[in-house]
Amino acid sequence: MAGAALERLERDELLGMLRLMLLGRRFEEKASESYALGKIGGFCHLYIGQEAVGVGALAPLRDDDYVITAYRDHVQAIAKGVTARQVMAELYGRVDGCSGGKGGSMHLYSAEHRFMGGWGIVGGQIPAATGIGWAIKYRGGDQVCVCFMGEAAVNQGAFHESLNMAALWKLPVIYIVENNRYGMGTAWERASSLYDISQKACAYAMPSAIADGMDVLEMRATMEEAIERAREESMPTLIEARCYRFMGHSMSDPVYGVYRTKKDVEEAKQTDPIATYIEGLKQADRLTTEDLEALDQEVRAEVDDAVQFAENSPLPPAGDLHRDVYAQINDHGDLFFEGVGAPDPALGRAAGEVAD
Amino acid sequence: MAVITYRDALNQALAEELERDPDVFLMGEEVGQYDGAYKVSRGLLERFGERRVVDTPITELGFAGLGVGAAMAGLRPVIEFMTWNFAILANDQIINSAAKVHYMTAGQFSCPIVFRGPTGAALQLSAQHSQALEASYAHFPGLKVVVPGTPADAKGLLKAAIRDDDPVLVLEGEVLYAMKGEVPEDPDFVIPLGVAEVKRAGADVSILTHGKMVNLALQAAERLAKDDVDAEVVDLRSLRPLDLDRVVDSVRKTNRAVYLEEGWGYSGIGAEVVAQVQENAFDWLDAPVLRVHQTDAPMPYSKELEKLAKPSVERTIEACNRVLYR
Repeated sequence: MAGAALERLERDELLGMLRLMLLGRRFEEKASESYALGKIGGFCHLYIGQEAVGVGALAPLRDDDYVITAYRDHVQAIAKGVTARQVMAELYGRVDGCSGGKGGSMHLYSAEHRFMGGWGIVGGQIPAATGIGWAIKYRGGDQVCVCFMGEAAVNQGAFHESLNMAALWKLPVIYIVENNRYGMGTAWERASSLYDISQKACAYAMPSAIADGMDVLEMRATMEEAIERAREESMPTLIEARCYRFMGHSMSDPVYGVYRTKKDVEEAKQTDPIATYIEGLKQADRLTTEDLEALDQEVRAEVDDAVQFAENSPLPPAGDLHRDVYAQINDHGDLFFEGVGAPDPALGRAAGEVAD
Repeated sequence: MAVITYRDALNQALAEELERDPDVFLMGEEVGQYDGAYKVSRGLLERFGERRVVDTPITELGFAGLGVGAAMAGLRPVIEFMTWNFAILANDQIINSAAKVHYMTAGQFSCPIVFRGPTGAALQLSAQHSQALEASYAHFPGLKVVVPGTPADAKGLLKAAIRDDDPVLVLEGEVLYAMKGEVPEDPDFVIPLGVAEVKRAGADVSILTHGKMVNLALQAAERLAKDDVDAEVVDLRSLRPLDLDRVVDSVRKTNRAVYLEEGWGYSGIGAEVVAQVQENAFDWLDAPVLRVHQTDAPMPYSKELEKLAKPSVERTIEACNRVLYR
C-alpha cells in the first residue's frame, strides 16, 4: 500500500509530509529543552516516534474538516495548520498562544483551523467527536471529524458508547486509536482482554482497519479510504494505528525504566518513522541529500522563530483571569463567587470585558 | 393567561424554541416515540421529526458528550436526562467538558447546551432515585444552574436557557410536573437567568428557597400568617448566576432569614447563601440564619423514615419561629 502511494503522490505532497514530520520532531525536541529550563510548565506529553500517525492521517483532510484529540496534541495541531508559533506560545502560557495561555500543552484549540482541542481526560473527547459528526450530518455537510485517542482510552465506557451511536446513526467520524503500546506505564496486554483493537469495531458493525503507524504513507492510504467512506456513505471507521512512543508518557516519566527496558526502546527506534520515510523517498529517487538538508534547515529555523515568538509574547494580563468563564454574561446576576461581593473590576468584571 | 401544568409549560418552551431556531434539537432516552419518560416531550417527535427529536440508547455519558461536540460545532442541543440521578454518569462531560470549553479555548468556542430533567425525591424511590443535586453543579464556574418552582418559571427559564450561549442546567422538580399555574403565551416570554423573585412579600422573616421547596415555603408562610408572622418568600430561581441583591434586600428588610432546600445541607446552596448574607448584611441581622434541608443520610425507602428525612412545612415554621425567638 505504501509503495503505491510513493508512486501515486506528487513530490510536493510527499515532501510536505516529510516537512511536517521533521517540524513536529524538532518542535518537540525544543519543547523538551524549554521544559527542562522551566519555561514550559504543567504536564507535557511528547509525540516523538508517533509523527507518522498524525501527519499521515491529517494530510488528506480538507481545511473544513474537524480534528479532535487527547493531550498528546502538539504535532496534530501543527499538522492541522495551527502555526508552530501559536503552539509554542501556548506551551509558554502566553497571550498569543492558540488558547490564549488558558490551555497549555494538553488543551490546544484553534477555531480557525477547526482544531477542536486537546482533551485532558482519557476518552473525554470521543463523545464530543461523535457530536461533531452529528452536527455535520444534521447540517447535511460532507466534512469529516477525525478523533485521535490513545489505546488506553479504548477501555473507557466513552469509547463504547460513542462508537455504538456513531455506527447506529451513520456519522462521518474517523476514530483513530494510536496504539503506542503503553497507557502511561501499563502495557496494552496488561490492560485489555482483547489484543486486536480493530476487532472491537465488530461489536458496532463498523468498518475498521489496522495501519502501520510507523509508516506515514500507509497511514495516509488507510485514511483516504476512511475519508471516502465518511464523505460518500456517511459511515464511521475505526483505525488502529500501531506505533510506539519513543519518550516517556510525560516529561516526568523517564524514557525507559520499570515498565520497559532500554533494549525495548532502542529496538523500536530502528523503525523510526522519519528515518524510514527518508530512506523510502531516497530509494524511489524522490528525495536528495540536498533536499533533506534544506528541509531540515528550514524546519529548525521555523522552530527557533517559534521559540523567539513565544518568549517575546506578553504574559496574559490579570484581567484574563475572569474573561471567558461565560460566553454570555447576565447583568442581573452574580456569576462569580469570590468571597466578598463582586470581583474587582480590574480582574475582569468591567463592562468592557464582557463583550467578546 | 392560560392555566397549564408545569409539564406542559416545559413542553411549550421546547416546542417554541424548536420552532424558532433550526439549530435546536432535543435528545435523550425515550424523548421521542415514548413521548418522554415524564411526558415533557409529548408530541414533539410527531411535530418536528426524528432529526430534531432523537431517542438515544441508554448511554448518558455518550449522548451528553455528543451534545457538547455538537454545541462546539454550532448547534444548540437540549439534552434530557431521564432523571438527574442518571446524569451523574455524564458528569465528566458536564463538568470537565461543557463547563470548561469557553474558558480553555480563550473564547474561541462556546458550548450553548441545555441539560435538563427531573430532580429530587418523589415517593419511596429510595437512595439512588431521590437526590436533589443542584448544589453539586452550582459549584462549578462555567455552568449556569436554574431550578424553576412554578409552571411560568419553568417555561421562561427553559426558554432563556435554550437561548443562552453557555451550558445551562435546568433541574425540574419531579413532583412538580402536574402542578398547574398561569403561564404566558407570548413566544418571546423568557425569564432572564440570575433574577430571583419575591413570591410572597413579608416583613418579619425571609424564607429563602428554590425549586420544589418554593411551594413548601409558601405553605409555611400561610401557616405563619395565622400566628401573625409575616414571612417573605424569595425564590432564587437561578442558583448560578445568583441574584444576591434580591436576597440581601430581603434580609435587610426583615432582619431574619431561613434557607429552605430539598438537598443535603452540607456544602449546600443554603451554606453558600448564608455565607454571602453574613458578608453583605451582617449588620442587619437580628438572629443567626438557619437552614432547613434533607437530613444528612441517603434517602431511606420506608415511608416513615423518608418523611423524617425530608424538609417539611413544619420544620420550616419551626426554624422561622427560632430566628424570631418565639
